[in-house]
Amino acid sequence: MSDAGGARLADRLRSADLGRLPVVAGLIVIAIVFQALNPVFLSSRNLVDLTMQCAALGTIALGIVLVLLIGQIDLSVGSVAGLAAAILAVGYVQRGWPVALALAAAVGAGALVGVLYGVLCTRLGLPSFVVTLAGLLGFLGAQLWVLGDAGSINLPFDSAIVQFAQHGYLPAWTSYALSVAAAVAYTAVLALRARRRAAANLDSERMPLIVLRGILLGAGLLGFSWYLHRSRGVGVMFVLFVVLVVVAHLALTRTRWGRAVYAVGGSVEAARRAGIHVDRVIISVFALCSALAATGGILFAARLAAANQSTGAGDVNLNAIAAAVIGGASLFGGRGSAFAALLGVVVIQAISSGLTLLNLSAAVQFMVTGVVLVLAVAADAVSRRSRAATGRG
Amino acid sequence: MPPVPSRRSGDHLLTMRGIEKRFGAVRALSGVDFRVREGEVVALVGDNGAGKSTLVKVLAGVHPADGGAIELDGERVQISTPADAQDLGIATVFQDLALCENLDVVANLWLGREVTVQGRLDEVEMEERTWGLLRELAAKLPSVRVPVASLSGGQRQTVAIARSLIGEPRIVILDEPTAALGVAQTAEVLNLIERLRDRGHGVVLISHNLADVLAVADRIVVLRLGRNNGEYTAEEATSEVLIAAITGAVDNSRPTGPPPPRPPQDDGPTAPVIPLPSRRRDPGRPR
Repeated sequence: MSDAGGARLADRLRSADLGRLPVVAGLIVIAIVFQALNPVFLSSRNLVDLTMQCAALGTIALGIVLVLLIGQIDLSVGSVAGLAAAILAVGYVQRGWPVALALAAAVGAGALVGVLYGVLCTRLGLPSFVVTLAGLLGFLGAQLWVLGDAGSINLPFDSAIVQFAQHGYLPAWTSYALSVAAAVAYTAVLALRARRRAAANLDSERMPLIVLRGILLGAGLLGFSWYLHRSRGVGVMFVLFVVLVVVAHLALTRTRWGRAVYAVGGSVEAARRAGIHVDRVIISVFALCSALAATGGILFAARLAAANQSTGAGDVNLNAIAAAVIGGASLFGGRGSAFAALLGVVVIQAISSGLTLLNLSAAVQFMVTGVVLVLAVAADAVSRRSRAATGRG
Repeated sequence: MPPVPSRRSGDHLLTMRGIEKRFGAVRALSGVDFRVREGEVVALVGDNGAGKSTLVKVLAGVHPADGGAIELDGERVQISTPADAQDLGIATVFQDLALCENLDVVANLWLGREVTVQGRLDEVEMEERTWGLLRELAAKLPSVRVPVASLSGGQRQTVAIARSLIGEPRIVILDEPTAALGVAQTAEVLNLIERLRDRGHGVVLISHNLADVLAVADRIVVLRLGRNNGEYTAEEATSEVLIAAITGAVDNSRPTGPPPPRPPQDDGPTAPVIPLPSRRRDPGRPR
């Protein structure tokens, strides 16, 4: 009900628990500033580039969101991404494996790495910070070893993987149809839930509001698609990333596994006493994180049409973690949503793209990203403290 | 709220006889007897180190007993793990509550026992039953969709107690439920305890606070140095009598009501548990 909604918003304002509001506001500020400085920033072409740049890093950030939710960290996602890219390239190009096998091997290797982390953290009680720091070094070594003397392996341009990443754009009508379908599905889910809640005499959202939300979503998606289609259009890789985010969101909010993930992030002891198999949850999350990192590495390699020693190296690791935190995943565990990966990576890539358009060097980019990260963590810490303060009530 | 018919009966739901528990050289419990009926609030009082928590942990399966017998409905049962206790219908609300502060009330209530339809969480069902349970307990919560972090201490206690009822346990153990609460919140929790009794649960209440105990308990069992030191009905108990029993000013081998069979052996002054002066502050209540 709108009254309840208003009260809820007021509550959240008072407790400084604003959810995604600050990120969205920050994103709008970023857009206005860069657009004022360089009108190319919001052009269709640049936005298409932006979406394509988001996909790989965002997929990795999605994994980071998951480990942050259980109150852990994975510092090695860049190395794991690089290792996966190397396995794909060596398997597909040098050994002549079928694409599917090479992809499965790369993602599977990532998942195995995650299982290893999870087992080390749960069985031996090692801190994930140290385990994954060791992984960062170890799997960087593994990446170099897999690549061998060549150091760089090109993926053929006519291969399905490269075609998918570089030239895979939805036809205009498909993206419009998908936009409408997404909006209709969203509205239908909300409407069904509202009807069930009303039938059970629970407070439920009013129909007109639901329809309005559906229409807004549909209009937003249609407008966005239309704008991107003035240039190359909506990249399949970006759609893949968004689908991963939505699937992760549904898994986190609608399944017992997701509930367990949040519970473990909130209080391991409480989760254990509630009968949750904490170890299994932790291992599954590390496995998913590393598998997503491997997927991100594959996307990087596909977009570049090559896997080399610097795939996943440099700032990938830290940008992925920064994206998750900027998007609103709490470093203290238990708070955040899958959409943090989407929002955070858009912020990071928007800053990077804007500064590149202004011909500013990497030096400035790193510094600006650093400042934004501090702001995001500060917002997290402040909201945590005020939650504790209001929590005593 | 429809009045729940009291299922009070004379039969003992739970009987613990001659419970022994050692921790290394320390005899935490020696020959302790304890009984609970359906729809009865039994308070367990005693000074620090008297063995209250140990006895309750034996019952909750946290520490299995070294000796003695536990009977449920007259049948001998073995409680070796917390899962055993849960399967037997014994639910415990520990002092630290063990709630996930980041999750909302509904999520906390159903944590680990979520209702699902085809793999998806059935939020509507869970929320509906949460409200039903809270109504039955006449518990006041602003919303069941706020994170537990934003609730007061008394409200958290309410959530923890409501959660213990999800599996419809027969016995609910409350460990110091009012220790950290103010006056108004304490009153709320005491009301809640009476609702539990009305629902027919056997309630075991551990408390340092005699005023609370006298307010809700039907029967009060005093432990001292790991042994029974008196048992009083609500009518005959007063603060003075209880304090005398707790501190050892009276040595009660004269329990009221049906005398529990006591092991004949007497080890004399071997009980090495040293009573410590109470360190707990009881907010706003005279002892």
